[in-house]
Amino acid sequence: MTLSLALEARDLSYLPSRRDEDWRWTDLRGLIRELPAPSPEVTTDMSPGPFGDEGQAELLVVNGRVRGDASLLSVGEGEARVVRLRFVSATAETSHRVKLDVNLAPGAQLTLLESYEGQAPDYLADAALSVRLEAGARLERIVLAGDHAEGVSVSITTVSLAPDAELSQTVLTDGARRQRLETRVEHPGQAAVVRMDGAYLVADRRHADLTTAVNHAGTDGTTDQLVKGVVADQGRGVFQGRITVSPGADRTDARMGHHALLLSDRAEVNAKPELLIFADDVACAHGNTVGALDEDALFYAQQRGIPEAEARAMLTEAFIGEVIDRIVHDGAREVARAWAAERRVG
Amino acid sequence: MLSIKNLHARVEAAEILKGLTLDLPAGEVHAIMGPNGAGKSTLSYVLTGRQGYEVTDGTATLDGEDLLSLEANERAARGVFLSFQYPLEIPGVPAMTFLRTAMNAQRKARDEPEISATDFLKRAREVAGQLKMDFDMLKRPLNVGFSGGEKKRMEIFQMAMLSPRLLILDETDSGLDIDALKIVADGVNALRSPDRAMLVITHYQRLLDYIRPDKVHVLAAGRIAATGGPELAHELERDGYDKYARAA
Repeated sequence: MTLSLALEARDLSYLPSRRDEDWRWTDLRGLIRELPAPSPEVTTDMSPGPFGDEGQAELLVVNGRVRGDASLLSVGEGEARVVRLRFVSATAETSHRVKLDVNLAPGAQLTLLESYEGQAPDYLADAALSVRLEAGARLERIVLAGDHAEGVSVSITTVSLAPDAELSQTVLTDGARRQRLETRVEHPGQAAVVRMDGAYLVADRRHADLTTAVNHAGTDGTTDQLVKGVVADQGRGVFQGRITVSPGADRTDARMGHHALLLSDRAEVNAKPELLIFADDVACAHGNTVGALDEDALFYAQQRGIPEAEARAMLTEAFIGEVIDRIVHDGAREVARAWAAERRVG
Repeated sequence: MLSIKNLHARVEAAEILKGLTLDLPAGEVHAIMGPNGAGKSTLSYVLTGRQGYEVTDGTATLDGEDLLSLEANERAARGVFLSFQYPLEIPGVPAMTFLRTAMNAQRKARDEPEISATDFLKRAREVAGQLKMDFDMLKRPLNVGFSGGEKKRMEIFQMAMLSPRLLILDETDSGLDIDALKIVADGVNALRSPDRAMLVITHYQRLLDYIRPDKVHVLAAGRIAATGGPELAHELERDGYDKYARAA
């Protein structure tokens, strides 16, 4: 059951619902009573996206239609580039979907600055990325999801890695009416390295779902995950992280951390961290915490003269900062930092 | 400078301070000693405005101004500084950023202009040098991964930078070895001045060999049970607090 199928078949019954275990906190069937009309083609110029002019090239996808040359996402052997990939939903009460391939040849390097931009309310958008990293290739993917408060958006990325390849990803979102950002990784082990970070800053009545699944199939693989969330008002954050260590995937090193702050009584976080280990010789750890802002730290800051509201904002920003600090691309890291500062929900 | 009269305070249902009266004139250093549970830390939190500490009676004024009606940050802006027994770790906020934010918030509250980045850095280097601190420590997240001694030194560093009028040191000696204690005490002593007052809260007399108090108060069961000169600290070290605990 996927949104993509529902849009393709124009049939609501394909929508995932709370009866689907992986979708129980991000119910689409209960939410969507009618599929909006297919989105029209939009040819007007787009103003710059959240990553501005970072990087060398831009691939724009408006209402599910690719503008320009999708081969920008195929990087040849030994090549390196930084590409902005922008998914724009431009028209209210319409729906669209798109599928793109990202291919990195052996030793290729790509920094993907991916943004979701909701310019109108009440859209239904689905994006699917299929990513292949050959031996020694390196992808850093930074996703900045800026959907409309009344948009519904699903993005599902599947990644397969060859030995020695490296995927580093940071997904940042402030949610939407309903939003799911999902990444599934086939991890071969064999010195391949995966970092799967994320942060959600959700306020008002927004909903953000960060779901990841990493399957370690071979020996000597590494996965490191840090996801943090701050939820205020009646916002809702969902984190589902699954790391599977298949039989024989010995010497896997997998670490998962998910930590969330709830800033109001009506804010909600649903977390499901899972480590499924079927191998013997592994180093795996996970930590999951959901709590309020540290009152002791708050008093400490106030005692030094910082007013309460400012202290709260400083502490929540610092909390998220730990994720942002791990972004490798300098420009993207600064964009992410500014993004977090603007969305101080404390 | 600091005048506390008949102070009663409670935490949740428990009354901790039961009629505490104390006068701390400018230029003086007073030690507050007492057994565990006497209310020493409560006194420091009541004076600095921590939530959850309810004053039920009495007054506390700083140069005649009612302290108890002010928010914690307003008290700080008026020059009240508490060196914490257990300084907090603030992940993600470099010590310098934290302190500069605090300094500018205090200045703003006093209608003073912000300190420039250059002036701040210059001063930070000076003070760090005096306290024999590694300047790079100030670039790291505040207190994260610091040893007990480093945290206490960071407290004194902040104190020296913020230049408060009323300094409250809560068990500043705890967790310090003798070398760290000397450095911290030197830092505190350097701040002694005719227009400052200090309240040194401690369980042991040891700290008072390095920070010589003008007066020593014994806090037992929520009030001042005895007041004397530095010799009182030695007497307590020798005889313990039993006499005062019983009298209370």
